[in-house]
Amino acid sequence: MSLTSDEVNRIAFLARLAIDPDKIDAYAKDLSGIMNFIDEMSAVDTEAVPPMAHPLDQAQRLRPDVVTEENQRETFQKIAPKVEAGLYLVPKVLE
Amino acid sequence: MHDKTIRELSDGLKSKAFSSLELTESFLKRIERLDPSINAFITVTPERALKAAKAADVALEKGAAGPLTGIPIAQKDIFCTEGVRSSCGSKMLDQFISPYNATVVDRLNAAGTVMLGKLNMDEFAMGSSNETSFYGPVKNPWNLETVPGGSSGGSAAAVAARLVPGATGTDTGGSIRQPAAFCGITGIKPTYGLVSRWGMIAFASSLDQAGPMAKTAEDCALLLEAMAGFDPKDSTSLERPKETYSQGLDESIEGLRIGLPQEFFGEGLDPEIHRGIQLAISEIEKLGATVKAISLPHMHLSGPAYYVVAPAECSSNLARLDGVRYGYRAENPKDLQDLYMRSRGEGFGAEVKRRILIGTYALSAGYYDAYYIKAQKIRRLISDDFKKAFEEVDVIMGQTSPSVAFTLGEKSQDPIAMYLSDIYTIAVNLAGLPGMSVPVGFSKGLPIGMQIIGNYFSEHRLLQVAHRYQGVTNWHQQSPKL
Repeated sequence: MSLTSDEVNRIAFLARLAIDPDKIDAYAKDLSGIMNFIDEMSAVDTEAVPPMAHPLDQAQRLRPDVVTEENQRETFQKIAPKVEAGLYLVPKVLE
Repeated sequence: MHDKTIRELSDGLKSKAFSSLELTESFLKRIERLDPSINAFITVTPERALKAAKAADVALEKGAAGPLTGIPIAQKDIFCTEGVRSSCGSKMLDQFISPYNATVVDRLNAAGTVMLGKLNMDEFAMGSSNETSFYGPVKNPWNLETVPGGSSGGSAAAVAARLVPGATGTDTGGSIRQPAAFCGITGIKPTYGLVSRWGMIAFASSLDQAGPMAKTAEDCALLLEAMAGFDPKDSTSLERPKETYSQGLDESIEGLRIGLPQEFFGEGLDPEIHRGIQLAISEIEKLGATVKAISLPHMHLSGPAYYVVAPAECSSNLARLDGVRYGYRAENPKDLQDLYMRSRGEGFGAEVKRRILIGTYALSAGYYDAYYIKAQKIRRLISDDFKKAFEEVDVIMGQTSPSVAFTLGEKSQDPIAMYLSDIYTIAVNLAGLPGMSVPVGFSKGLPIGMQIIGNYFSEHRLLQVAHRYQGVTNWHQQSPKL
């Protein structure tokens, strides 16, 4: 199968990933090649095969709902690009 | 001193032949002298190292030392290290100073190891040649024109160049085994869930697994012993009793049944690699093992299934990097959308972008069943092939990689050619099995790696087989002239 430049733009938007417009065609070509490689799977009948989500078929472990971590807000915000008064700053969302 | 194994260094420290401080200083000097031409390190941490070495010497003096006390190691830069840049080989995390330690780092620190620094790697562990790193490619110490493999290329090159006696790596599709093969060292990817993934920057969560890389199987056993074990902080960590991998390695392997998959030894296999593997297997037969032809009939589908599962999981894991809470942030965003799009567009390199795009596509509305569920079904078929094989044999052997180290730039423009360099390792991750790579010879002056695959939790058996093989051969003692 092959992906068009429009499809690449659509996927890039879904992934919130800016792609240089000059490079969209190159991505479309690479991604089409990768999708062709992947498509080898479609030749196999897997109707009756249960999907494998975990190598050891383990279920998610449960734990008691108790607080085990202390609040480390300041430590974690220290590494943020922009913080003010304990809040993460982003461009205005509401006018 | 740098040619000694961890076991030998440990004995030397205990007998006071040298101190941890002397050992650490000697390796730091070697890094300073040789790493500019290899580029195995992203960050060297001499001050921390000297401090840790002094603390280790105090423990040694008190007689409170374990087998790893005072041993210099280095961490792949995918592991979070408190107070030290943890870049994952990406511009996105170039300024990221981790506020906490990965469990693997905590455990190796607690075992008394001395961290010398953080090792180069493919960006977010996506690559098979270490050429996708933001910090430039690592060079293979055996031939500086060739790649060290990837994604744990810095770890493999550092051990091969004797810049450090042991290192950590991670393996999602072959990222410990393939670079170990290319650089002529020993590395093991444990059973999925054996080593905690907490603080190990996530690539593909159902495949990622950390493991040790060193000169010998015995050294890997010592490191794995410190790294492995249940961790409540990792929801996929397995609750099982701790094993002592370094004990009983000398025991006989008489009666070991080796499976040789016909899919590994078919047409297209490089004749020199084939010969290297055959000679290694006949050495192991001399130790009392028997061989049997087996088949893994869905093996050829492991690449296609992997390149759905891994990108799908990576696109979801890397969604957290948005320029808001940590990591790279684009300048002067005009709105929130622009902040997200450009921070990610400018922060990630080309291969990471390709994988995010493939993963996003495979998970998007209307394609989920055709790709992700299909790949999970193929994954079951591959895993069932191994289950069946392990009813008849104890271990499976074959080449780690279809070629020896390739030339820098040779495959970097062709994603599929690059992906094919992992065709013999990927199936093991899809099944969640343990696998290792051991040096077994040379072709054109470059190391050949043999892969040993075992059933779930057979790490000790694999290490024992490799250790016995290393007892009768000296490939693991060869080192590049630098």
